[in-house]
Amino acid sequence: MIGQLIVEGLAIGACYGLMAIGVVIIYKTSEVVNFAQGEMAMFSTFIAYHILLHYHFPFWQAFLITMVFAILLGVFIEFAFLRPAKEPTALGLIVITLGAEMLLMGLAGWKWGAEQKAFKIPMSFSVTHEPIKGVIISDWAIGVFVIAAILMALLYLFFKYTRLGVAMKATQQNKNAAKIMGVRVERMFSLAWGLSSLMGAIAAMFFASRATLDPNFMMEPFLRAFAAAVLGGLMSIPGVLIGGGLLGLIENFFGYVWPEWKPIVAFLVIVLVLCVRPSGLFAKHYIKKV
Amino acid sequence: MDMKRDYYEDIELIGSGVVLFWSAAFLIFLFTLPFYTPSYYIYLLNIILVHVILAVGLNILVGYTGQISLGHAGFFAIGAYGTVFLMTHFQVPFIFALPLAAFIAAFFGFILGLPALRLEGPYLAIATLGFGLAIMHVIGTWDIFGGRMGLHAPPLDLGIPKMGFGWVLESDVSMYYLILVIATIMIVSAINLMKTRIGRAFVAIRDSDIAAEVMGVNLTIYKTLAFAISAFYAGIAGGLFAFVCGFFDPFTFNMILSIVFLVMVVVGGLGSILGAIMGATLITYLQYDLLKNVSEAPYVGDFLVAVSKKWFTVIGLENFGSIALGLIMIGIIIFEPLGMYGVWIRIKKYWMTWPF
Repeated sequence: MIGQLIVEGLAIGACYGLMAIGVVIIYKTSEVVNFAQGEMAMFSTFIAYHILLHYHFPFWQAFLITMVFAILLGVFIEFAFLRPAKEPTALGLIVITLGAEMLLMGLAGWKWGAEQKAFKIPMSFSVTHEPIKGVIISDWAIGVFVIAAILMALLYLFFKYTRLGVAMKATQQNKNAAKIMGVRVERMFSLAWGLSSLMGAIAAMFFASRATLDPNFMMEPFLRAFAAAVLGGLMSIPGVLIGGGLLGLIENFFGYVWPEWKPIVAFLVIVLVLCVRPSGLFAKHYIKKV
Repeated sequence: MDMKRDYYEDIELIGSGVVLFWSAAFLIFLFTLPFYTPSYYIYLLNIILVHVILAVGLNILVGYTGQISLGHAGFFAIGAYGTVFLMTHFQVPFIFALPLAAFIAAFFGFILGLPALRLEGPYLAIATLGFGLAIMHVIGTWDIFGGRMGLHAPPLDLGIPKMGFGWVLESDVSMYYLILVIATIMIVSAINLMKTRIGRAFVAIRDSDIAAEVMGVNLTIYKTLAFAISAFYAGIAGGLFAFVCGFFDPFTFNMILSIVFLVMVVVGGLGSILGAIMGATLITYLQYDLLKNVSEAPYVGDFLVAVSKKWFTVIGLENFGSIALGLIMIGIIIFEPLGMYGVWIRIKKYWMTWPF
């Protein structure tokens, strides 16, 4: 039973982690907390749903189209909504992303209606294996683990060995210095939004296949993912993945003992952790200079 | 214009005779409003006034103290549930139940203010957001609060029924007067509060909390106090909202509501009570009237229906309100970060210095 809870918790935690990586990439690069992350992912998933339903493409083709769309969506939001804001405050940036969230939610509701739809991916939730006795693992969970591992490896290679990745890292560390070295910082912001939208879209497909697809379905998972990102410290990508895993585990164990309080345990944990370590578990706390 | 020459001029409640005259005229206008408005609009006015109370309170926290809150729907819910619960289960008369519920909300605000001492920006946003969700979940789970089925508000009795004299407000109009009086008191006390030592401490914390602490502002007291006062306003607003609506369930107080409250303050103008009033009025009007039946709206309604038929779904057109709100939020930050108050200031400046 405990093994089962651990596997399930880690699988859902890896999903939170994937979403949270998107939050962190944007936060590290441009110091914007993107509250529209979940809705961007939701919109991309609806695009995949639309392609599958109306054009009958095979899943992988639809998946690739959706990934391209997700990147374009992220770049568009950065370009159209965040770039024109002149010297916005932290609160102003949060309001812009909340506005983008409402906008995307409204558009999806307008186009596809509010009723819940089924979204299927090749890795089904109902096909299960039992490698160790007592531990049942579904195709879905295996898919999550494999995809998360592949994405982590790709991100690592991207940030380590490509010019673009190094430029992004430079932007994260010091914007002015990066600018002087010839990096177009604004483009790096757009790229960060595209990348994070992509991560979100992949995670959202897993969430949608686990539950149902409707314009509100990413709200709760996004909040958990955001909580996971805060737990991990909003700064390091591995830290956030660990944060996601931890959150998934805590939530699953807690949900097993007190099922009715499962939806809020994540936030209680966050508030408690933040009271002890105000910058999350894996981030150094910098004292602000006056 | 608006030059302050000494301290006593700065702390005056009413800046000039002009302000006094127009405020009084506007109040008289509001008091006579029910005589010539159709009854549906009285309900809308009640909702607007309730939201004005809340927005003024939220502005004390967000605009003046500089702390973000995405959990104000939680305080709103505590006010609504607290008032109704006290009245139905403990037979507390309304005039005591409302402030009592607001004090309960203020207490929760104080509790939420404690983590806020160490958190800022996104961390505070997630903590307050979690608080709002937790409140929604608690009242949705405990059967004593009606659970997911929601609660009906009892008749609104201004007297003390146990001692034999009741004064039941039945119509929307009488409720309008009650809410108007309470809203006026709350707004005037907010304006007054901002002119006191406490208000100045809030502004100092917003501008730089470290500098404020060096100057002798006790951060622990004033940050939690800002949360408590703001929650108190939300509690009063929630208690009144319960009776305006008559029926409410936990999902009335979801996260979107918290966002909408924040939008009111930001659209109206941060750090300005007049702005909060204007923002709450505009957003509530948009939400409850103009965008509710967008397909019947003048000029654009038919066009939107045609667009929906071609590319979208007609049934989903009700989501247009969400799109419009989102665009307003983005547009106001990009084009007018000071909100409607900023526009007002610019108009005022233009006419005061006209023709230069």
